[in-house]
Amino acid sequence: MFDIAKVRADFPILSRTVRGGPLVYLDSGATSQKPFQVLDAERHFYENSNAAVHRGAHALAEEATDAYEGARETIATFVCAETDEIVFTKNATEAINLVAYAFSNATDKARQGIEVDQRFVIGPGDSIVVSEMEHHANLIPWQELCSKTGASLRWFGITDEGRLNIESGVIDSTTKIVSIVHQSNLLGTINPVREIMEMAHAVGALGLVDLCQSVPHMPVDVVDLGADFAAWSGHKMLGPTGIGILWGKSDLLNSMPPFLTGGSMIEMVNIDHSTFAPAPKRFEAGVPMVAQAVGLARACEYLTDLGMENIFTHEQELTAYTLAELAKLQGVRVIGPTDMVERGSAVSFVVDGIHPHDVGHLMDSKGVAVRVGHHCCWPTCRRLDVPATTRISTYLYNDKADIDQAILGIMAAQDFFGSAPRVSA
Amino acid sequence: MSEDLYQEIILDHYKNPRGKELNVTSRGQSHQVNPTCGDEVTVDVGLNADGTLQVAYTGQGCSISQASASVMSELINGKTPDQAAPIQAAFMELMRSKGQSEPDEELLEDGVAFIGVSKFPARIKCALISWMALADSQIKAQLTTEMR
Repeated sequence: MFDIAKVRADFPILSRTVRGGPLVYLDSGATSQKPFQVLDAERHFYENSNAAVHRGAHALAEEATDAYEGARETIATFVCAETDEIVFTKNATEAINLVAYAFSNATDKARQGIEVDQRFVIGPGDSIVVSEMEHHANLIPWQELCSKTGASLRWFGITDEGRLNIESGVIDSTTKIVSIVHQSNLLGTINPVREIMEMAHAVGALGLVDLCQSVPHMPVDVVDLGADFAAWSGHKMLGPTGIGILWGKSDLLNSMPPFLTGGSMIEMVNIDHSTFAPAPKRFEAGVPMVAQAVGLARACEYLTDLGMENIFTHEQELTAYTLAELAKLQGVRVIGPTDMVERGSAVSFVVDGIHPHDVGHLMDSKGVAVRVGHHCCWPTCRRLDVPATTRISTYLYNDKADIDQAILGIMAAQDFFGSAPRVSA
Repeated sequence: MSEDLYQEIILDHYKNPRGKELNVTSRGQSHQVNPTCGDEVTVDVGLNADGTLQVAYTGQGCSISQASASVMSELINGKTPDQAAPIQAAFMELMRSKGQSEPDEELLEDGVAFIGVSKFPARIKCALISWMALADSQIKAQLTTEMR
């Protein structure tokens, strides 16, 4: 295991005060805090090697290119992927859109009679499969793809406990892609994505997994998950904002039309037509986010040094503690699995008679930062009949004292609102 | 701090909402949502025989959004559009004030309690959602007054 006090000392923000007391940060599911090692790596890059990558004949350009491509290698190693299968995007949302637009663009080109990979051509009679616990980032791009192409959207429902209901018949021979979240950001549920990817492949469909809430918190081997694509963000895993990752199998990436076009992503350009670079460059138009890539690579090293198994174990203990402490409170109900079976560290709950916004506000008055609202999972909230939830989400720098403070915050809210009316759904 | 935000008047309106689910003959309806949190308010506006406004609302959301809807309904019900307009303007102004203004209690009555909310940027939208729905439903009902 690792020394929490030592870890916490690496995160400058954790020593600040909020509302007159120490900060208790329990919103890492939204974004993680950054250790000084990551901040220093970015600063070091800007102070010593800053230049535009993949162009220029000078020493700095070479160093910057090495830093950028070296970062890609480090990040690939972190998830057991091949280096040229890692595409840098602005965030996970863009990574998922990149794949959705590959379908859209390939379909448009096919309509023009241009030869494209048929795996990306979609239309009426075809289907796309998601689940009822998807983040909007893994829902809206597919809704849009359906509305543009006439394909239909299908989904796995969820049980009252917040588990995926993997009914047969949802994925069938009409399915072109199945896109499923690995760990729900709202419920904490860890889904059997390998099984679902096998179901997709059995009918010739492609599979994408949203790893935003799993890569930061547990060891992930993207190849072992059995998917064709995976998307996740840098800022939830100690890295900077402004960088996300799309992992894709090389042969697929190289047969997809580009998403954003312009400089850097070309092979040859004529005035009236162009050809495109092989992946990953084909998807990295313009001057990329070099410092962010350097910072994210440093984050991967930091996590590797602590050990992802250790981080997972630590968070499992913390989550079990959180669930046990919440269970002691009257009038508090966890939304999502209440046991530790296939469950990660995001814990959503509702408090009888107090709207989540008010719960979050009262917790904030105790210095406790939590997320409130629908967590970009509005359909999930509707399904579970809650207007919104309050969410505690931990990370490697949290300890039981943070949870204790959160519990005090919830009790303060209950105390403050006394006999408030019940929240109607 | 919390007491700043949640003044007694606000808690009272939250626990004992005024004007909720009133029966009005609606001439204009507006449904507003806060897409970041899912709070919802529907406001119906009608007209009494004497030319004053009838306002009814339904909704669900946090204490601030629901208390604000209750205060809004209490303030606007029975006012003519001309009388309502300065109240609406004053409430908007109050919410923009970052806690710095001295609201007119004659005009805003219980609405002055929301001055604390204006210090919390994340909660201003909560306080405004019903007032936005009111303005929109008035436009739909053509029961608004040109603001000068």
